[in-house]
Amino acid sequence: MAKIAAIPMILTALCVFVGGTLWTVVYSFTSSKLLPKANWVGLDQYERLWNTNRWIVSIENLMIYGICSLVFSLVIGFVLAALLDQKIRFENTFRTIILYPFALSFIVTGLVWQWILNPDFGVQNIVRSLGWASFEFDPLYNQDIVIYGILIAGLWQGTGLIMVLMLAGLRGIDQEIWKAARVDGIPTWKTYIFIVIPMMRPVFITTLVLIASGIVRVFDLVVAQTSGGPGIASEVPAKYVYDTMFLRQNLGQGFAASTMMLLAVAIVIIPWAYLEFGSRKRD
Amino acid sequence: MTEATAVLEGAHGPKPRRTFSRRNIFLYGTLIMVALYYMLPLYVMIVTSLKGMPEIRLGNIFSPPVEITFQPWVKAWAEACTGLNCDGLSRGFWNSVRITVPSVIVSIAIASVNGYALANWRFKGANVFFTILIFGAFIPYQVMLYPIVILLREIGLYGSLWGLVIVHSIFGMPILTLLFRNYFTSLPEELFKAARVDGAGFWGIYFQIMLPMSLPIFVVAMILQVTGIWNDFLFGVVYTKPDIYPMTVQLNNIVNSVQGVKEYNVNMAATILTGLVPLVIYFVSGRLFVRGIAAGAVKG
Amino acid sequence: MKSFKSLVCGTAMCAAGAAHAVDLEVTHWWTSGGEAAAVAEFAKAFNERTEHTWVDGAIAGSGGVARPIMISRITGGDPMGATQFNHGRQAEELVEAGLMLDLTDVAEAEGWRDIVHPVSLLDSCTIDGRVYCVPVNIHSWQWIWLSHAAFEEAGVPVPANWDEFVAAAPKLRESGIVPLAMGNQPWQASGAFGVITIALAGPEAWAAVSVDKDAEVAAGPVYAKVFEAAAAAREMRQGSNVQDWNQATNLVITGKAGGQIMGDWAQGEFQVANQMAGTDYSCLPGLGVNEIISTGGDAFYFPKQSDPEVEAAQKELASLMLSKEVQVAFNLKKGSLPVRGDVDLAAANDCMKKGLAILAQGNILPDANQTLSPDTLGQIEDLMTEFWADSSISAADAQERYADIIANAD
Repeated sequence: MAKIAAIPMILTALCVFVGGTLWTVVYSFTSSKLLPKANWVGLDQYERLWNTNRWIVSIENLMIYGICSLVFSLVIGFVLAALLDQKIRFENTFRTIILYPFALSFIVTGLVWQWILNPDFGVQNIVRSLGWASFEFDPLYNQDIVIYGILIAGLWQGTGLIMVLMLAGLRGIDQEIWKAARVDGIPTWKTYIFIVIPMMRPVFITTLVLIASGIVRVFDLVVAQTSGGPGIASEVPAKYVYDTMFLRQNLGQGFAASTMMLLAVAIVIIPWAYLEFGSRKRD
Repeated sequence: MTEATAVLEGAHGPKPRRTFSRRNIFLYGTLIMVALYYMLPLYVMIVTSLKGMPEIRLGNIFSPPVEITFQPWVKAWAEACTGLNCDGLSRGFWNSVRITVPSVIVSIAIASVNGYALANWRFKGANVFFTILIFGAFIPYQVMLYPIVILLREIGLYGSLWGLVIVHSIFGMPILTLLFRNYFTSLPEELFKAARVDGAGFWGIYFQIMLPMSLPIFVVAMILQVTGIWNDFLFGVVYTKPDIYPMTVQLNNIVNSVQGVKEYNVNMAATILTGLVPLVIYFVSGRLFVRGIAAGAVKG
Repeated sequence: MKSFKSLVCGTAMCAAGAAHAVDLEVTHWWTSGGEAAAVAEFAKAFNERTEHTWVDGAIAGSGGVARPIMISRITGGDPMGATQFNHGRQAEELVEAGLMLDLTDVAEAEGWRDIVHPVSLLDSCTIDGRVYCVPVNIHSWQWIWLSHAAFEEAGVPVPANWDEFVAAAPKLRESGIVPLAMGNQPWQASGAFGVITIALAGPEAWAAVSVDKDAEVAAGPVYAKVFEAAAAAREMRQGSNVQDWNQATNLVITGKAGGQIMGDWAQGEFQVANQMAGTDYSCLPGLGVNEIISTGGDAFYFPKQSDPEVEAAQKELASLMLSKEVQVAFNLKKGSLPVRGDVDLAAANDCMKKGLAILAQGNILPDANQTLSPDTLGQIEDLMTEFWADSSISAADAQERYADIIANAD
């Protein structure tokens, strides 16, 4: 019975995820342009990919964005959840305020923050008009820090959901544990780090997958906020894939780029997921 | 889960006596600062949507409107043009509802059964499929665009509403399944074992024991799906036809097309209007969420 | 599946009452003010002069959003009745795969080869002697738009060519005006570079590189001059912190920037802002150096359908789009030039008339979209956005990379 109930999952896994991935890999060895065609060209697409400056910049950006996004999402999400868990008043209000940005699409998020960060009428303009004339804050127009401008928007949009998940996790922690910790005189922060967080392992796994998959796929936000600019300073791999496949009509090159992305993900995820979920049930 | 009353207090406990303790000042101070930061963009959006274009051109995005006008809202909802159709967002609203409701229900139903089967029944090969599913969470949507077109064409659902429902179910599946699996795993296994001993079957346990205990996780899943599907633009536009295009297509046309000078006030009004449905759902489900945790705990 | 679908379509139409009337869905990305008004002229003509109905499928976001939709719909077996495409090399493969309707019989019956001017536009629609698309307008990149207010404030006369513009730039800066407005979207940088190239290197050198893909010319001294000029222009654009092209145009309209290198579609923005050519703004074709019009533009393709009635409606629309009155009405609204030389555009404004005169003299070049593949253009675009945004890339380095792309172009 369990197997029958799982048929949609099995079909999705095999037909879509495995099938689609294999299809992508196979056609990355062709010179397909607008339509997929089997003109084999060996590794040409990969050679060109790694000789493309924009691809290299995209990877670097993804690294910076990924590490910052992961760390800040987890820390901010957890701290906010812990604060909300302190039997406070207006919990509903605070939670809704922190969660609401998640209701807005990345396109909208990018647009609003593009505005707030615009040096001519956003934050920089306000601070200058308050009298601090030399104040400079123009992340979206400065090649060196533009990726952090995108990070600000991304965190604003996404931390609310992480906070909610963490809160769900915290509420699942037995109150006896807190009582016991207090009786033993363990400081609160120590209880969180050494007792509560390890108990919230499943929640952390979920959020980790959620954040990480969001990072790999980051695309709309960049398009809406900077179109990859200034120059190519905020390009990301998913955008490279999309642009080469649909704008430049070079499916082969786009497939090669997506194969590299999928390969990187597979090397990290599959062994980890197998160990994590393959072993016996944890608690 | 055994300390039901204690958990209940976690959400509804008696308020601390000393209102102005240092702890409270720190706590509420931080939360209010955070809340202000999170509210800032919404404030900018609302303020801008109530201004006329001449005022916006003055350039101070944070200043409140001198003259409040609701014209941008009217325009965004009922008058903004996309191509030849000048009926604003209202055109796609019901289509979005028609897409979101079945997609959310179907995707959550499938994923919760998946999670339950994976957590409690652990059939042969389950881990392999689950690992593939987790891998699937990382595949950029854009890569899958064409293969899915071929897939839908072969099963004859290309261009139809149900084709789109399937697509949303497929792409929602990895994260949702993980969510449900982890949740069901954390429920006490004794419950499941006791029900087995009583002779309950796969569906019996699912409907009578697991479902009533899972309200909080259903709420989280619903938040994820409603938002994702309501805000989806790419799938809605690629896998359907103009007569069932969702609201985001109109939003895209309003925000991305440029009528001489960009009408920021209309853009912002359209944005808020589009986000309204998920926002309302959060507000309602936020309460359910807390109550759900309490209820689930009581039954445990 | 296909026959089943057409059966359903057939009965649905019968239910609607009219036996031959067809609802023809037309996909396009013309959603901004002037564009939408222009497309409405097509729809009006189609609804009024035939018994068919125009079903509008507008998607904002030009090629990036619209193209995957079109290709998905066509390969998914559920094509639209007609679709906009940049003609030239972008649709080649769809035609080769037999997915597009052959319009040759209409073209021959109406003598398109004689009426379409310049005839190169029709050539871009023709593959192996068969016609597959209808060119509807000519858009040219080769313009710079100048704000009279800005130059007045700086106290210099409005320049008549690029050199004067460069000479006036420091004065503009002193008055707090950005000399050259340019948005941050990638295509704007590479488009502006193309304009500077044709103006400063001349049409022969440009054709050697962009048509014949001669990498030696691209690496040679003529192009070195172009890259130097682009590097200078890079300094002049500092401070135009906007994304979209029309926001940049707005800087020119409001006198916050001196000028903008942009195609003739920018003129619609001036019109909307009630500005008069000659008194409020000036336009210089070919930067006032080489007066030339490049003939890019839009075309409509008609995906193959199984229903002969739909096919008949498609051909009616194709013929209508090229008819005299529709060409005039459409292009006046769109701000583009008509594709036939035998129509009267008395209502055209100064800038459009300049363009028409150049067109009549035959000073024309094909658009890069017609000569280079989207892939090659994309690589050039990447290089250009990098170059325009990053002052640490020298003109010589950029030229070397450019020549390399041309050497591998297809």
